[in-house]
Amino acid sequence: MQIDDTDRRILRQMLHDPTLSGPALAERAGLAPASLWRRVERLREAGVIRGTHAVIDWRRLGWEVEVSLRFTLDKTHPRAFDEFLAAARKVPEVLEIQTFLGQTDVRLNVIARDMPHYQEVYRTRILTLPHIADTEALMLISTIKDSAELPL
Amino acid sequence: MIALDDLDRAILRALEADAGQSAGALGRALGLSQPACWRRIRRLEEGGVIAGRRLEIDAQALGFGVTVFLGIKLATKGRVSLEDFERAATAIPEVQVVQHVLGLFDYRLKVRARDIADFERVLRRRIMTLPGVGQVEANVLLSDERRPGPIG
Repeated sequence: MQIDDTDRRILRQMLHDPTLSGPALAERAGLAPASLWRRVERLREAGVIRGTHAVIDWRRLGWEVEVSLRFTLDKTHPRAFDEFLAAARKVPEVLEIQTFLGQTDVRLNVIARDMPHYQEVYRTRILTLPHIADTEALMLISTIKDSAELPL
Repeated sequence: MIALDDLDRAILRALEADAGQSAGALGRALGLSQPACWRRIRRLEEGGVIAGRRLEIDAQALGFGVTVFLGIKLATKGRVSLEDFERAATAIPEVQVVQHVLGLFDYRLKVRARDIADFERVLRRRIMTLPGVGQVEANVLLSDERRPGPIG
């Protein structure tokens, strides 16, 4: 589908604040509500807009520790990726699973209630995942920026 | 910290998957009246459990085909303040995420670019010129999967 500057203007506003009401969004994008609605529908139908999701602040629920675990897998095993990913999906404390081209093969974003709990999760559920060749951890101190915006 | 009951957890799970549902539709699915469901969603928002909402888009369709995660080590800790680095890094429009971490690197950055050539431009002109920047490791994202997390 062709995306023009008006579409980009709408998407910029929606990425900045997906909770904007139709009229507010129309005003910011400089469009009449009806034509805004038509364009948003078209973007949805084409799959450019897939939907929205709520972002949970896990700290508010008592999950104080967040660790980015990077893995190198044993790639001599042909099904290393598939089996590792399938097993990682079964660990409830895993929030994000990413695969990479680079020194790191897979990254898991893992949360825990506190350090003793993290140690337990790490030992019983993470190190037991299949085909790990090497792993290293980055413990999150603070998130300074977390934005969905794109320089459209 | 906010205590959740089973209905709160069901609402969180539903909104984390799809925040576009109305309080009425979600309430019907859970056997709650529209006002009761709306009050619970509001409590989750006001308590900061729902930190916000995110638009999901097909970035590829908008011409952003490349996502790279950078691990950055500062070369001159102490001389250049962390604030200087953070201020400069967060100002880069292509940088969506800046996290201060503990481990092999000092910072973790998520960079969105149109293609590898565009990423190289961002890396050379914007990242390598950040104050205090030292060793930089890049991993190109192949796949990204959000998991529901331990809502219970």
